[in-house]
Amino acid sequence: MTATAIPPSSPTRRLQAWLYRRPRLQLVLLLALPLFALVVMYLGSLALLLLNAFWTLDPFTRELDRTFSLDNFIDILTSNAYRTITLRTIGMAFLVTITCAVIGFPVAYFMARMASPRLRGFLVVAILLPLWASYLVKVFAWRTILQNQGVLNWALEPLGLNGPGYGDVAVWLVFTYLWLPYMILPIFAGLERIPGSLLEASGDLGGRAGMTFRKVILPLAFPAVIAGSIFTFSLTLGDYITPALVSSTQFLGNVVQREVGVSGNVPLAAALASIPILVMIIYLLVARRLGAFEAI
Amino acid sequence: MTESRGARAVLRLATVAVLSFIYLPLVVIGIYAFNESTNQAWPIQGFSLQWFERAFSQSGVADAFLTSLRAGLGATLIALVLGTLASFAVQRYRFFGRDTVSLLVLLPIALPGIVTGMALNAAFRTGGLEFGIWTIMIGHATFCVVIVYNNVIARVRRVSRHLEEASMDLGATQWQTFRHVTFPAIRTALLAGGLLAFALSFDEVIVTTFTTGGGEQTIPIWILQNYTRTTGLPVVNAVALILILVSIIPVWIAQRLAGAESAAAR
Repeated sequence: MTATAIPPSSPTRRLQAWLYRRPRLQLVLLLALPLFALVVMYLGSLALLLLNAFWTLDPFTRELDRTFSLDNFIDILTSNAYRTITLRTIGMAFLVTITCAVIGFPVAYFMARMASPRLRGFLVVAILLPLWASYLVKVFAWRTILQNQGVLNWALEPLGLNGPGYGDVAVWLVFTYLWLPYMILPIFAGLERIPGSLLEASGDLGGRAGMTFRKVILPLAFPAVIAGSIFTFSLTLGDYITPALVSSTQFLGNVVQREVGVSGNVPLAAALASIPILVMIIYLLVARRLGAFEAI
Repeated sequence: MTESRGARAVLRLATVAVLSFIYLPLVVIGIYAFNESTNQAWPIQGFSLQWFERAFSQSGVADAFLTSLRAGLGATLIALVLGTLASFAVQRYRFFGRDTVSLLVLLPIALPGIVTGMALNAAFRTGGLEFGIWTIMIGHATFCVVIVYNNVIARVRRVSRHLEEASMDLGATQWQTFRHVTFPAIRTALLAGGLLAFALSFDEVIVTTFTTGGGEQTIPIWILQNYTRTTGLPVVNAVALILILVSIIPVWIAQRLAGAESAAAR
């Protein structure tokens, strides 16, 4: 019997062994690229944008005045129109989020706990597939469905009813439609992670189905619902295409888009953009508190 | 725990209802793609294949498709590298600011597209970068990283550290261990995350409008321009139908892989 050969000590081997004893250095190597991209490039860009918010655009010469000024923020804070639009946007974001959660939970529950593995696989594909269908195509499809001579009015006519047409209800409907998969998938994953033994334990201790659902399943699935809500909420908060296509009401995204695209007033647009940034940072901090980050 | 018969029936009904809701608009597009006239009133008056012919003969579609493909592949590749690195750092090491990394990764997708778009636009201008396919790729990569990160971190959490330790006890180097032990374990997570990241990039409109050079047109930008034309609209419906049908393949593959994986894990 021969002795086990000791692997030859090549330079790369020695380098790897040297690195193995230095976990801090490994961490630095792992984090260097992602942190450069996220902190320097992404946060740096955001900072640059927010810097714009403190500049002003001369209304007559259209020249950028790079002196520090709070004028844009004062304009926004003292304007009734902007306050109404901000509240309307945040309200819509909450409404869409709650609707998605209420509609999405039963589906996710059925998928995770009742469907056979075969059916479950099919349902996951069925929910994922629309994410591949173009966002624009879906919005335009709703535009066609909701129009006067559209599918909805055609279907409702025999009942003597009329569809909502274009407006806030249409915006709510289309947003709910668009973001629903982003809610269903995290809840499904969250429900699937709940060990069956916990439910058996609840049953053994006398908990009926309703009680087990309220006291075991719901609290354990809650972080997943919050995780899904991050998507539904943030996607609604900044979208300007859907409101423009199925409504004439203004949302935050529309006014930012108007300032940057039509008026070319980047400083004011940047100041307006700080509203969704602030709202989202608060939302994310609360979501993290509620354990959503472990459930995404 | 078993749900009551009534609860099961209600849940089944809810699932069928939601699925119909999700697929109704897609079916409507499918029907309109064969619409004989450009008149959008329902029900359509006659069937025709002319819009498919036009879609295939227009060079704009093929160019836009290629641009989208390149932007999507580039963004996915960047996201795979950055997302995997970050997920290993967060899952395998304890360090100051570890929680902040997950918040930071999430930020580009949590902030509205118009904010990310404007910020990157301002930065590219200041940096003197030429707008084009590269700026689109970078723009898309920002919000794709989180998708890969989430998929990989969920998997790394479940892969036992002992397997890697055993590999190294048996004389493998760190690289060999990664290549033969860790990588096979996270491979399907990378594929699932990569596919979803690609899908997000392929469909992105808002960030793209702020990072494109004007010369490049992705599929969504092409759609946006053609929807405003009377004869463009049915062509877009035809293209959309083709894209939806083609996308069944990657989604199905990803699901089969994920399904095989979770079956093996049980």
